[in-house]
Amino acid sequence: MNRARRDALVGYAFVGPFLLVYAAVLVVPLLMGIVISFNNADLFGRREWIGLANYAQALSDPVLRQAFFNTLTLTLLIVPPLTVIALLLALALNRNTRLAAVLRGVFFSSLVLSVTIVTLIWRFILTPDAGLVAVGLQAVGQPPIPFLSDPAYVIPALAVTTLWWSLGFPIMLFLAGLQQVPGDIYEAAALDGAGRWTVFRRITLPSIRRTLLLVVMLQTAAQLQIFGQAQLLTGGGPGGASRTIVLYIFEVSFGRWELGYATAIAELLFGMILLVTLLQYWFVTRQEGDRA
Amino acid sequence: MSGLELIDVSKSYGATRVLDGVSLSIAPREFIAFLGPSGSGKSTLLRIIAGLETLDSGEVHLGGQRIDGLAPGARGIAMVFQHYALYPHMTVRENMAFGLINAKVPKDEIASRIAQAADILEIGSQLDKKPGQMSGGQRQRVAIGRAIVKQPRLFLLDEPLSNLDAALRSRTRVELAQLRNRVDAALIMVTHDQAEAMTLADRIVVMNDRRIQQVGTPAEVYARPANAFVARFVGSPAMAMLAGRVISGESGRLRVRLAGGAELQTAVAAAGIAADAPVEVGLRPEHVTLAPPGSGGIAATVELVERLGDRTFIYTRLAEGSEVIACAPGFSEVRPGDEVLLAIDAAAAHVFSADGTAHHPEASA
Repeated sequence: MNRARRDALVGYAFVGPFLLVYAAVLVVPLLMGIVISFNNADLFGRREWIGLANYAQALSDPVLRQAFFNTLTLTLLIVPPLTVIALLLALALNRNTRLAAVLRGVFFSSLVLSVTIVTLIWRFILTPDAGLVAVGLQAVGQPPIPFLSDPAYVIPALAVTTLWWSLGFPIMLFLAGLQQVPGDIYEAAALDGAGRWTVFRRITLPSIRRTLLLVVMLQTAAQLQIFGQAQLLTGGGPGGASRTIVLYIFEVSFGRWELGYATAIAELLFGMILLVTLLQYWFVTRQEGDRA
Repeated sequence: MSGLELIDVSKSYGATRVLDGVSLSIAPREFIAFLGPSGSGKSTLLRIIAGLETLDSGEVHLGGQRIDGLAPGARGIAMVFQHYALYPHMTVRENMAFGLINAKVPKDEIASRIAQAADILEIGSQLDKKPGQMSGGQRQRVAIGRAIVKQPRLFLLDEPLSNLDAALRSRTRVELAQLRNRVDAALIMVTHDQAEAMTLADRIVVMNDRRIQQVGTPAEVYARPANAFVARFVGSPAMAMLAGRVISGESGRLRVRLAGGAELQTAVAAAGIAADAPVEVGLRPEHVTLAPPGSGGIAATVELVERLGDRTFIYTRLAEGSEVIACAPGFSEVRPGDEVLLAIDAAAAHVFSADGTAHHPEASA
């Protein structure tokens, strides 16, 4: 056996176990999901080929339409402010002081909490009888607001909860991006007489362009799949006002046992996320040209 | 109009003092080299002039205006950074225009300045490239171009040749020499390479240990070093230092007995140095040659031979342990381990007192 072939075999031996597990738990289920979506299927293995009927049902399902708009609204309410706030905090924390180090830890700490804890905390804050916000409102003579039971407030309440929970990771990504920017180009900019705003717009922002794209793409993909907060904080209520797509998929598959229909919705969501993230990538990289 | 004036500049980082009462005066179109080893404070001094570091005390004036309180961009200074510090996401043209746009220079003026600089630096065809697409030498030209278009009163160059390979380095050295003729500004270059300083600068500021050790033309710094540090730091190979004692002052000139017993009659004025004082005798390689066998030279053992083609440096060690470097014309045949005799041109020797103060030979009458 020649050396190149032996090297190749050793390489395959190293990635083999991972590829096997990856295929078994990710690729195969993904493909099976596509197949199941063309079936009338339940959780016990019953399959009946019905072609595109599940997809046709999805397009005319008013509950799905409501869930779709809820999810879209949440994503739009979460991703832009999350990106801006995380960037501002990262800029403020990107220095070598003890306070900055402590605060970096504080902002990151919310990330390690599970969604259960997060929703518990926010239930304490938002609950109209004795929640933190209600107490504050009462102190200034206002009536408490039923955040989690009023259709007008429930989506913003979910958005704020998610914002609070999700800040840590984008801050870390932005900090990592900012630390990649060589310090001497800031010095060059100082000698070039650039003010703070010019430095941010012409030096910092272009330098962390890729990080910015990564944060927006990751957060968009994550928020389009928002689930735990909605299920635990509101259960999708009141009257479906906070039901998200993934929550609906969960209800259809494990509540109504219509696995075929649930996977069809899941495939539609998958396609939507893919499309949105590719669009974002194209939008950011199109004028970039060939940079080193 | 006056050039750059530093008055008693001091700087500490916490408890560590990095600059101690530095004063310096530079003429408007002078080319100055800050020469010194790492940690001598030369880069800190450059950054203080640029405004990238604050000073603890002292003043900086440029063109008659006090600038140490001004923002870096308001000082009329341009800097070429060691690693160029080009904006990677901007084209060459945008890199050069950035400072001018910030200074609100009119658009057509910006265009003509860039065209002119690109012409001088021969980067006209590269203006729409990004720095990442260029070689190190080209990037350096862009960095210089970015400085030129600002038409500053003072150029600062931080180790401008250190990132270039040997061939590019000597070419860039020539270009820097030409640059100073083209610009109406003073230049300060920081370097630890004395060959750069010697070949480019009008005057060299030798720095060590937080202070200026000597300011002088390359010839002065080489021929009349102010102290033992400058003597050792400037010149390659370095000046050899031999320990000895003053034995008498004949006709007003020092006579020194070396540790090995040999005596040297120097051309250094004896005034001010007591008899029997411990001194060091400094000998440049060109003042030590190989003596023919049997002549009255000082015995030494060859340790290393450097043949440069036109001359050969012979690193030898005397019996008492000091190292002396001799120079022989052409291609010397001596080999490490050979026993040789050294002929010392004692009239060219420098003498350093115990505190490092230099005493130079006087021209023979």
